[in-house]
Amino acid sequence: MSMGDPWQTAEIPGPKKALVMTKPEIVTAMIKRARRPILIVGHRAAEIDLGEELLIDYLIRFAKKTGIPVVATAHILGEFLKRGFKPAHMPAVNIGSRLADPEWQGLDGKGQYDLVLLIGMQYYFEWLILSSLKHYAPYLKTISLDNVYQPHASWSFPNLSMGKWKEALNVMMQKLEGGT
Amino acid sequence: MSIKNVRLKIDELKTRMAFIKNLQLSIGRVTEETPEEPLGPTPFPSLTTLREWDMKLLKRYKPYYLPFCDVCCLCTFGKCDLTGNKRGACGLNMSAQQSRIVLLACCIGAATHIGHARHLVEHLIEKFGRMHPVDVGGVNVEVEAPVTRLVCGVKPKTLGDLEVVLDYLENQLTHLLSITHTGQEGNNLDFESKVFHAGMIDQVGMEVADLAQISAYGFPKADPEAPLIDLGFGVVDINKPVILCIGHNVPPAIGIVDYLTENGLQGEVEVCGLCCTAHDVTRYNPKAKIVGPISWQLRFVRSGVPDVVVVDEQCIRTDILLEAQKVKAPLIAASEKNCQGLEDRTNDDPDKIVEDLVNERVPGVLILDPEKVGEVAVKVALKLAPKRKKFKVIPEVKDVIEGAKRCRQCYRCTRACPNNLPIPEAMKMAAEGNLDKLNEIYDECIGCIRCEHACPEDLPIHSFIVKAAEKKMKNETFKVRAGRGAIQDIEIREVGGPIVLGEIPGVIAFVGCANYPKGGREIAEMAMEFAKRRYIVVTSGCAAMSAGTYKDEDGKTPYEIFPGYFDAGGLLNVGSCVSNPHIAGAAIKIASIFAKRKLMGNYEEIADYVLNRVGAVGVAWGAMSQKAASIASGFWRLGVPVVVGPHGIKYRRMLLGRADKEEDWYVYDARTGEKVYVGPAPEHLFYAAETKEEAMVMIAKLCMRPNDTTKGRAIKLTHYIDLHKRLYGTMPEDIHLFVRTLADIPITMKDEIVKILEEKGWKERPIPDPTLLPRLIRKRKEEQP
Repeated sequence: MSMGDPWQTAEIPGPKKALVMTKPEIVTAMIKRARRPILIVGHRAAEIDLGEELLIDYLIRFAKKTGIPVVATAHILGEFLKRGFKPAHMPAVNIGSRLADPEWQGLDGKGQYDLVLLIGMQYYFEWLILSSLKHYAPYLKTISLDNVYQPHASWSFPNLSMGKWKEALNVMMQKLEGGT
Repeated sequence: MSIKNVRLKIDELKTRMAFIKNLQLSIGRVTEETPEEPLGPTPFPSLTTLREWDMKLLKRYKPYYLPFCDVCCLCTFGKCDLTGNKRGACGLNMSAQQSRIVLLACCIGAATHIGHARHLVEHLIEKFGRMHPVDVGGVNVEVEAPVTRLVCGVKPKTLGDLEVVLDYLENQLTHLLSITHTGQEGNNLDFESKVFHAGMIDQVGMEVADLAQISAYGFPKADPEAPLIDLGFGVVDINKPVILCIGHNVPPAIGIVDYLTENGLQGEVEVCGLCCTAHDVTRYNPKAKIVGPISWQLRFVRSGVPDVVVVDEQCIRTDILLEAQKVKAPLIAASEKNCQGLEDRTNDDPDKIVEDLVNERVPGVLILDPEKVGEVAVKVALKLAPKRKKFKVIPEVKDVIEGAKRCRQCYRCTRACPNNLPIPEAMKMAAEGNLDKLNEIYDECIGCIRCEHACPEDLPIHSFIVKAAEKKMKNETFKVRAGRGAIQDIEIREVGGPIVLGEIPGVIAFVGCANYPKGGREIAEMAMEFAKRRYIVVTSGCAAMSAGTYKDEDGKTPYEIFPGYFDAGGLLNVGSCVSNPHIAGAAIKIASIFAKRKLMGNYEEIADYVLNRVGAVGVAWGAMSQKAASIASGFWRLGVPVVVGPHGIKYRRMLLGRADKEEDWYVYDARTGEKVYVGPAPEHLFYAAETKEEAMVMIAKLCMRPNDTTKGRAIKLTHYIDLHKRLYGTMPEDIHLFVRTLADIPITMKDEIVKILEEKGWKERPIPDPTLLPRLIRKRKEEQP
């Protein structure tokens, strides 16, 4: 399997495919460059075990560190609240359709976003949300933070083992903490 | 469109050739308006007759496109890259292309049902005669074809009358399909309007099919106490010869039951089914058994239990011949639509066919005569069963372990699996002798065997999973109530008020296929949750089977726990896929019987009524097929929202309302003509949920309607808030959009909600007599004194 192969073998998109992020530093650089980033977290973040913590716990740290507003989709809101973190809540198709609307003024009414980070949905579900954004939101850059290649994103990790993925997430956090 | 409407009546005619008395001849439309049932404005609507209504819906519920493919490859101009809204060589952009594909899917779905209906009606007319009466419930069902009456403005009384309806449907379908040709429609919203039209005629086609088979075969006629049917892998008696019927068009299965009855062989042979043929054969004979939904085909065939496999049409695995051959079970194909490459033996001597099948001279045959299918299937099963001895291809445990040792951990299986199941991990454990993980996977496996096709070692992974879960599978013994068909008029009269006023919190229909994200049990869990909350829960198709696959502490299944009445707390199975219009029909009958709205050819007004007053929601949790797409679109045009499971997002287009756009949620108050804000009720028309929990909260929310009384709205809010708190851990943030007056607030939550309303700057607003149709305004503002 090459780095640019979709995780689900048959989910071949078309001519425009995500750039593969071989280095997690790309994410931190993109975040720093973004004017209005947003993080969308699907329900699987409460199921994925990174070893010392669940993915959701990592994402709470990530969100606190970056100050990026978080939208929790499906029923993961309760898991955030249990951990004392209050994200915005919106079904995935609702946030997807709003991001694809150039007139939407964002969660805070201050304007549309320019960078969307996605993580934790079913592969195919996220694949299609990203597809809608690729086709209908040219003003957005999208990054998939999952450990599987999402061809419809602007940037995506390649298919990574849990170990490699965890390493990448840790590097991201270190870079954010280091401020470089 | 023009429908011929010629009637010739001769009381008495004397000529040199003949003496004719009391001759009546009708051509074309077979019924017409009567003083009791005046004809509305849109009988037999053409492609654009209801376009204005569609645009009203589409203005509020805007298409949200999620392209499933960036290119178009439907003509030789292509492939054309439509990325980022580029236009193809024909000029079409991405939105129009996506809606075009949705239309194509809905045409396929509608054609499948209408073709099914045509075959069924032709067969039943041949068998029972054109004048056989349409009767789906005797005096209990006087509005016996609500969808057909609503759409076509005709009242079919006999099987022959249904042919006129089918002529109309086939005409419309041809036009609809032609629209997907290169260089036709160019606007996505017009494509969407035609999607609605395809869905609407699909509903009529399904209704025709079910009216015909209920009337002719004597299926349960709107019977809330239809018998309980055995359901599950474990209910089939493997000590007997077993005939498995798969598909949707029931005459061949009925041919089998009739042959057994006529030859005194009942009880000698097990007749069981998968998918909708199973529903319909048990509506005919409650002693037949239902193995399960469509996704159980391979696990059952590979288990070696069936001695003969009979297939008719729709949702059958197209490799069924190969799979049947593996277990040495002959295949009888019984439909022109699904010949499987087999020799047509319809005109051969049945005993010669039996001999060829039993002696394995041929792997299967095509027989296009349901009665002959019955004779051949029974004779083959009886002769072959002792010889086959339930030959199976499910391996022994030691073979699973040895096979698992060959697993390369390459993950191609998982990458091919629609549900991303952790097969490599399970194989690793199996190689060490532990089959627990494979056993767990069974619960979420949809039986597609893409894993096997991906495996570089050619491991029969699905068979490994089935072996690991063998014990569990054999204990799958449940009950499902036989498809009852229509809802009685009296039931509608009794619940119409509480539904329209909101006091019964909603009607929730679990319908469709079995492409579940986490197994069929989720359907049972959702159905039970809402039945306990005193919603009316209706089921059909594979979802009706999955809703039965649960047992409580006393070993009771949902259909035994909840009554089969169309009433609060009821759980009722209407039947197979083609029974879905009984659900739409119930909503229509609420408008017609309870509210006394004109029915015949009055689509727009009734849909407006349903959208604004009838808190009904369709749930197709495992929607897979094009038929599911067209069924859903029939509900959309009627104003009934549909929620699909996560795989349903692959239909590539949602219809979503925007709660944050206040201007989208105004209706007319029919009493005054004033425009009134009613909040986002219902918020969406087509919605894909990531998880069961998300779906449950959304279902409760989508049951709210502008017409709810304060008491009704308080009840609906109670359920919405309660589910939201339980599943999301907090109060919904949009509660202020659904509270119109303080009396809407559930009494036990008053303090909490009032505080939220204050924070949100909420203001009380009137509850209108809601309509989107200006022509229904009884008194305009300027006309008031």
